[in-house]
Amino acid sequence: MTQRDAVIDCRNVWKVFGPRPDQMPALLARNPSAEELRAAGCVAAVRDVSLTIPRGEMLVVMGLSGSGKSTLVRCMSRLLDISAGQVAVEGQDIGTLTETQLIELRRRRMGMVFQSFGLLPHRNVLENVAFPLEMRGQPRAARIARAREMLELVGLTGREAHFPRELSGGQQQRVGIARSLAIEPAIWFLDEPFSALDPLIRREMQDEFLRLKGTLDKTIVFITHDFDEALRLADRIAIMKDGAVEQCDTPDRIVMAPATPYVAKFTAQIDRARVVRLAALAVPAAGGVHGAALPGEAVLHDMARAILADPRPQIPVAAADGSLLGLLDRQAATDLILGDRP
Amino acid sequence: MSGARAARPAHAAWILAGLALVLVLAKPLLPAGLVRPPDWLVLPFAGWINAVFDFLRDDLGLIHVTRAFAGAVEAALDTTANLLYGRSRWPHLGPIPWVVVAATMAMAGYALRGWRLAALTGGTFVWIAVMGQWKWAMETLSVIAVATPVAVALGLALGIMGWRWPRFERLLNPVLNLAQSLPHFAYMIPVVVFVGVGPKSGAIVTIIFSVPPMIRMTMLGLRRVAPEIIEAGQMAGANRWQVMTRVRLPAARTEILIGVNQVIMQSLAMVVLASFIGMPGLGQKLLQLLQALKIGLSFEIGITIVLLAVALDRLSKAWALHQPAHAEAGAGRIARHRLLLVWLGLVLAGFLLARAVPYFHVVERSQALSIAGPIDAVMDMLLGVVRPLTDGLRWFLITRVLIPLRDAILWLPFVGVLLALAALGWRIGGARSALVCLGFILPIALSGWWDRAMITVYTVGTAVALALLIGLPLGIWAAGRETRAKAVLLACDTFQTFPSFIYLIPVVMLFGVNDVAVVAAVVVFAAVPLVRYTVEGLRNVPPETVEAAEMSGATRRQLLWSVRLPLALPTLMVGLNQSVMFALFMVIIAAFIGTQDLGQEMQRALSATDVGKGLVLGLAVAFMGLMVDHLLMRWSAARRAVLQG
Ligand SMILES: Nc1ncnc2c1ncn2[C@@H]1O[C@H](COP(=O)(O)OP(=O)(O)O)[C@@H](O)[C@H]1O
Ligand SMILES: [Mg+2]
Repeated sequence: MTQRDAVIDCRNVWKVFGPRPDQMPALLARNPSAEELRAAGCVAAVRDVSLTIPRGEMLVVMGLSGSGKSTLVRCMSRLLDISAGQVAVEGQDIGTLTETQLIELRRRRMGMVFQSFGLLPHRNVLENVAFPLEMRGQPRAARIARAREMLELVGLTGREAHFPRELSGGQQQRVGIARSLAIEPAIWFLDEPFSALDPLIRREMQDEFLRLKGTLDKTIVFITHDFDEALRLADRIAIMKDGAVEQCDTPDRIVMAPATPYVAKFTAQIDRARVVRLAALAVPAAGGVHGAALPGEAVLHDMARAILADPRPQIPVAAADGSLLGLLDRQAATDLILGDRP
Repeated sequence: MSGARAARPAHAAWILAGLALVLVLAKPLLPAGLVRPPDWLVLPFAGWINAVFDFLRDDLGLIHVTRAFAGAVEAALDTTANLLYGRSRWPHLGPIPWVVVAATMAMAGYALRGWRLAALTGGTFVWIAVMGQWKWAMETLSVIAVATPVAVALGLALGIMGWRWPRFERLLNPVLNLAQSLPHFAYMIPVVVFVGVGPKSGAIVTIIFSVPPMIRMTMLGLRRVAPEIIEAGQMAGANRWQVMTRVRLPAARTEILIGVNQVIMQSLAMVVLASFIGMPGLGQKLLQLLQALKIGLSFEIGITIVLLAVALDRLSKAWALHQPAHAEAGAGRIARHRLLLVWLGLVLAGFLLARAVPYFHVVERSQALSIAGPIDAVMDMLLGVVRPLTDGLRWFLITRVLIPLRDAILWLPFVGVLLALAALGWRIGGARSALVCLGFILPIALSGWWDRAMITVYTVGTAVALALLIGLPLGIWAAGRETRAKAVLLACDTFQTFPSFIYLIPVVMLFGVNDVAVVAAVVVFAAVPLVRYTVEGLRNVPPETVEAAEMSGATRRQLLWSVRLPLALPTLMVGLNQSVMFALFMVIIAAFIGTQDLGQEMQRALSATDVGKGLVLGLAVAFMGLMVDHLLMRWSAARRAVLQG
C-alpha cells in the first residue's frame, strides 16, 4: 500500500493526561515507563501507537474499558492534541492544521458517533441531525430534507420533533448515528455505536452498516468490546491494552497467531471455527490436485459439514476466481471445528 | 484527631487559648493599650478609601463614565416607567391596563407550569391592583425590569470570561466572596457618590448587588456541560463562536436560568431596601408606614411584597426547570401556537375591557380596597392578649440577657479576643486558619470600630444562639416524617424568597421599636436556614447506617444522638454558616429601628454619603462573616473527610 492510500497514519502517538501538558514532549522524549509517568501524576491513555489505515478499510479497535480506545480516536480527529508523535489524515499532519483548516476538514470529511451520544439537549431530533449541515452553511430546506432522509435510514421516522431526553438510549444512539452520516463523511469514527441498542436492532444496524460500507467508500474506525461484532465487521482488528496497541491484524491472524500472551488470553474464548477462513489454513500444494475445491473465503464453521463429510485427508481450497490456494489438512480443520486447542 | 501532625496544632491552640484566658482574667491589670486599640494604632482606612474614590471620580474622570451609564439606565427606566405606570416619558403609551399585565403573568404561569402557578401569578397582580398599590408595585417592578436583564448580561459576560480564563476566575472568586458578604448598605454609598439618589441609583445598586450569583451560576453551568456534547459540536465543524452560542450556552440553559432566578430574587431584596437612597415604590411605602407604626397598612404592603417574591421566584424557577417537549405529531400550526393565540386574545380583551371600564385600566386610590382597618383591629386584640407576654419577654431579654451580655462582651480586652480567635482557628485548621482569622479580625480592631463591631457580634451571637434553640428542635421534629419534612422544606424555601425587610413587620408589631425587635427579626431570619439544613442533614443520613444501628438495638433517642445527628453535623454546619451570614445582613438592615452597632453607623454614613466610612463598616461586617465562613467550612470539610473515611 502506498503512502497516498493511507487515510489515517499514526506515528508513535502518545497521549498523556497530566498536570503540565506543556512539559509533556520533554518528559516523553526520555521514553518513560508507566511507573515514572504515574509518579509524575500522569496517565498515559495512548502510548506509542503506530497504525496505518488504508482507504476503505474498517479498523475495529478493541480492549477493556480504560485501555485508551476512545482517547485514540479523539487523537485521530484532533479532538485532543497529542502529546508526542504525529497523526496524518489523507497525507496531512493534522497537528499543524490551523483552526480554520481543521474545521474545514471536519465539515467536509469526518463524522463521529459518540459513546454517550453527545446530543444537543436543546434541539429536537431533526435539528440535531441537521446540525452538522447547519455548520456547513447549507440552506434550511436542504438540510431538513437530508436530515429526514437520515432519520429514515436509522428507523426514527415519526420522532423528528422529539427532544433527546424523550428518547430511549438506543434511539438516542441512532440519532447520533444519523447525525454523523448526514454529511456523508469519508472518514467515520464510531465509539461503541451499538452498545445501547438491544440485540435485534443491533443486528439490523450491523447489517445496514455492512451495506453502507460496501456501497460507500468510507474509511472507518470502529470501537467495540463485543468480539462477535468485531468479527462481523472488521477488516482488521487492533487490540489495545493500557494505551498500547498489542496487535493490529486481520481477524484470523489475531485468533490464529496472537502476537502477545495478552492477545491470546483476550481471544481465548472465541470459537475459532467462526473466524478462521479456509484460505488461512491452506498450505501451498506441491503436486497436482484433483476433485472439487472448497471456497477459500468461507470460514471453517460454514464449511464444517463439507469438511467432515469429505473423505480426502487433504482438501483443495480455491480462491473466488477459481485459482488454487493450497491444500487444507482435514485433521487440523476438524480439530479447530471441534474446538480442540492445537 | 491522631498522629503527630495533628497533635502539634492542637498543642499550639491550647497555648493560645490559655494566653487569651490569662489576658481576660488579668484585664484590670492590663495597660489601656491592650484593652482597646490605642489611638496611634487606629489607621485612617476611611480617609484612604475616600482619597482613592476622589481620585477615581475626579482625577480619573470615572464620574463621566458612570454618568453615561446612569444616563443609559435612566432612559431604560423611563421607558419601563411609562409602560408600567404611565410616567409621561417616551414612548407615551402607558400605562398598560392592569388586567392585561395580570393576564400576561397568569398565562406565563400557565405555560410554564399549569393552573396553580397561573393562579398565583395572576392572583398576585389582581391583588396589587385591587388593593390600590399598582403604582408603587410598578415603580418597584420597573426597576427590576431594567436591572435584571442588565445584571444577567453582565453576569453572563463575566461568567464566560471566568470560565474561559482560569486566571481571571482566580481573581474573580475572592471578589465574589467578598461581594456576597458585604451588607446591602455598603453597596449603596458608593453608588450615591457616583450617581446620586433616586430610581436610577436604585437600579444601579440593584444591578451591582445581583450580578455575583449570575457570574457563579454561569461558570458552573458552562463547566458542567458534558464534554461529549462539546466534542459533537466540534466534530460537526462548529467554530469557537458557534460552539459557544449554539452548543455550550444552550446546553447550560438550566444553570443559567437558575442564575436568572437568583438575580431576580436579589433584585427584589435590594430594590425594596433601595428606598433608603430615595428609590420610590413598595420599599419606600413600607419604610414610611413602619416608621409611622401604621401596622395594618404596612401589613398590606408586606403581603404584596411576599406575594410578588413568591410569584417571581416560582415563575422563574419554573422557567429554569421547564424542559422542551415535542408537540403532538400532526398538530397543526394553530394547535402548536395555541397558548400564544390565547394570550393574544386575552390581551386584546383586556385592552377593550380597560377602554370600556376605567376601573380595569387603573384602580384609583378611592376605589381601592383596604384590609388595614380589620387588621389593625385584630392586631389590637391580639396585642392586648400577648402584650403582657411580650412585655415580660422583652423585659427579661433586655435586663437579664442582652444588657449583661453586651456589657460582658464590651468588657473583654481586644487582645484577648484576638488570641482566642487565633486559638480557635488553630484548633480547626492549623496555623493557616489562625492567620486567616487574625487577618480578618485585626483590620476591624485597627479600623477604630471595635466597640461597634462587638455590639454587632453580640447581637448576631445572641440571635443565632436563639435561632439554634428554635431551629434545631424544629428541624429534628420535621425530619421525623417524610411528609412533614417536605412541608417544612417548602416553607423554608418560601420564607427564603422573602426580602429581608419583610421580617421587620411582625417583630415591630409585637415588640415595638427596640433592641428586642431587632434580635427577634434576626432570630426568625436566621432560623430558616438552620431548620432547612437540619432537615436535609438528617434526611441524608444513609438508611443502611440507620438500619444497622437499629439492628444493634439502639433506641430512637440513641439513634438520634449517636448516629443521625453526628452524621448530619457537617450539613448542619453549612446551615449554621448561612444562618450567621443572614443574621449579619439582617442586623445591619434592622439598624433603622434602633441599634448601636455597625449598622447604625452605616446608616449615618449613608445619610452623609461618606464612602470611606461606609465601606470600612461594610468590610468590617463582611470580614466577620468571612471569618465565620472560613472556620465553619473548614471544620465541616474536615469532619466530612473523617466521616467518609
Ligand atoms: N480527560 C481526561 N483526563 C484525564 N484522564 C483521562 C481523560 N480521558 C481519559 N482519561 C484516562 O485515560 C484512560 C483511557 O481512557 P479511554 O480512552 O476513555 O478508555 P476506553 O475508551 O478504552 O474505555 C483511562 O485511564 C482514563 O481514566
Ligand atoms: Mg471509551
